[in-house]
Amino acid sequence: MGAESGTVPMTMIQALRSAMDVMLDRDPGVVIFGEDVGYFGGVFRCTEGLQKKYGTSRVFDTPISESGIVGAAVGMGAYGLRPVVEIQFADYFYPATDQIVSEVARLRYRSAGEFIAPLTIRMPCGGGIYGGQTHSQSPEAFFTHVCGLRTVMPSNPYDAKGLLIASIECDDPVIFLEPKRLYNGPFDGHHERPVVPWSQHPRGEVPEGHYTVPLESAAVQRAGSELTVLTYGTMVYVSEAAAQESGVDAEIIDLRSLWPLDLDTVVESVKKTGRCVVVHEATRTSGFGAELAALVQEHCFYHLEAPIERVTGWDTPYPHAQEWAYFPGPDRVAAGFRRVLEK
Amino acid sequence: MIAPPPSGPVPWDKHFAQELLFDMLRIRRMEEKCAELYGAQKIRGFLHLYIGEEACAVGALHALTPEDAIVATYREHGHALVRGVPMNAIMAEMFGKSAGCSRGRGGSMHLFDAAARFYGGNAIVGGGLPLAAGLALADRMQGRQRVTACVFGEGAMAEGAFHESMNLAALWRLPVLFCCENNLYAMGTALGRSESQTDLCAKAGSYGVPAQKADGMDVVAVHEAMKAAAHQVREGLGPFFLELQTYRFRAHSMFDPELYRDKAEVEQWKRRGPIHTFSARLKAEGKLTEGEFLALDARANAQVQAAVEFAEAAAWEPVEDLLRDVVAPT
Repeated sequence: MGAESGTVPMTMIQALRSAMDVMLDRDPGVVIFGEDVGYFGGVFRCTEGLQKKYGTSRVFDTPISESGIVGAAVGMGAYGLRPVVEIQFADYFYPATDQIVSEVARLRYRSAGEFIAPLTIRMPCGGGIYGGQTHSQSPEAFFTHVCGLRTVMPSNPYDAKGLLIASIECDDPVIFLEPKRLYNGPFDGHHERPVVPWSQHPRGEVPEGHYTVPLESAAVQRAGSELTVLTYGTMVYVSEAAAQESGVDAEIIDLRSLWPLDLDTVVESVKKTGRCVVVHEATRTSGFGAELAALVQEHCFYHLEAPIERVTGWDTPYPHAQEWAYFPGPDRVAAGFRRVLEK
Repeated sequence: MIAPPPSGPVPWDKHFAQELLFDMLRIRRMEEKCAELYGAQKIRGFLHLYIGEEACAVGALHALTPEDAIVATYREHGHALVRGVPMNAIMAEMFGKSAGCSRGRGGSMHLFDAAARFYGGNAIVGGGLPLAAGLALADRMQGRQRVTACVFGEGAMAEGAFHESMNLAALWRLPVLFCCENNLYAMGTALGRSESQTDLCAKAGSYGVPAQKADGMDVVAVHEAMKAAAHQVREGLGPFFLELQTYRFRAHSMFDPELYRDKAEVEQWKRRGPIHTFSARLKAEGKLTEGEFLALDARANAQVQAAVEFAEAAAWEPVEDLLRDVVAPT
């Protein structure tokens, strides 16, 4: 880790900006581009002020051309630059799918290791802002299914900065998913309550300088004995709320890196508790939870006391008005806890 | 340079001219109310207002027949309204109520209505263009002489989907009328910083698609250009590209601090506003009195008020129904 300086309170937006600021300063090969990230500073303000500080050749705007943005980053990476590109909403990555799957993910393999694609693709993801079907999706399983990509999703400002720096420094392409509902606070699914700001949360204290959070390390968010929750992003806080409100002594693992996965931490916890609930906001079928459930049964079968439960979004597009019905809130997660404990 | 306000004779009778003015007023008043309702959190999520661009939808869509199809973007409230989607159903959709034209599942950006032959409401930039080519191809294969009007912003012209659609439409001589509403800013990025060729008609021309510009602040110019273009497309002469040069008076969406353009520029464009300039021309020609204008405006406001009351009173879609229409019923 090795932070070089003191900490200050940051939102996740400020922490991400700080990571990019640090890396722009340290490495002349780092360049940032995407739709409205330069002059405008990004729709969510993550890149605000960076163009002014580093100039238009380091931080620049692109047309609305997702395929071109990602594809250009591959070429730039092959020549030694470290592009950090933004897809404005994760829901907009689909036009770039061919570049991500066929070019980004496979450049190293296809060239037998002669070329690499050391780029980071940032994407705000997740719902809870009434964005409807085209501004709310959690597409992580599209990426974990593609060999050659790393897929990361931080759940707090400290991890966001440390993981983003680690991603930029990584020689592999990293899909960096940012749960937009966590940008301003640790949202726990209680949408009717006021937002708790990051300034009131210990993980909102962020070193100003350079540090990294290792890319393949899960974090035990809450230690517990009755069951293990495997989760990431917004659902970390929803699961915490569910544990608190249900009184279930859940051990909550924030995966942070979905792939590669910190399997040791997962296995150790499930072997200890003997029960496992997987929680994600994305749709259920072929979601990342399916992979997690498969891995847990492969590695922990003889320690399991009950079938693995999944608590997820529905197998529907994200609804607009009824998004809180789709969103797996604390009550649904707690119900999952009870099911796995009753069996 | 920003052109002077639209002027010159209106080649229409009083009745038709007032009908188009009324539609522009309906859009304007509906959206002003939407902005207010957004502040009150009755409308939530994303809301992209069309205020300033009304002459485009009104002039263009009045040049089509009820059998023609429309494919639009996420700034589509005006197109839906002019096309005949009832204001009540639009407003209810904005609220997310089940009486909305998409049962409240879509919200502002995803209006659909089969009866009005309105094929969305596409919130992915450029997403509607290939679909429009497909509607047109199916029309031709099934022997119908209809036009598919595909509305999009100039920002969409940077997407691959634009280029693929133009090529397909030109190659297969499809009856698509590509209607580009060039409001000069792709979200916060000015045209000159997002297009290598800022003469958009030249871009369309490179596919062999005939192209023409019209003043998108002038409902007369839009309508006359669209009428001629639609006639050509309907006669089987292949696709057409119409660039409507326009300007949005409000932010890209409700969250946009508008740091990318000068306030003076916005004010200059407001002097070209489609409603007051058209009204002034009609008055000068004796086709509109101030009393008639106020009456039209009052009628528009009354429709808006009724639509809001309708939306307020409407029910939410039952949660158990949300699983419907994901796949065909079994």
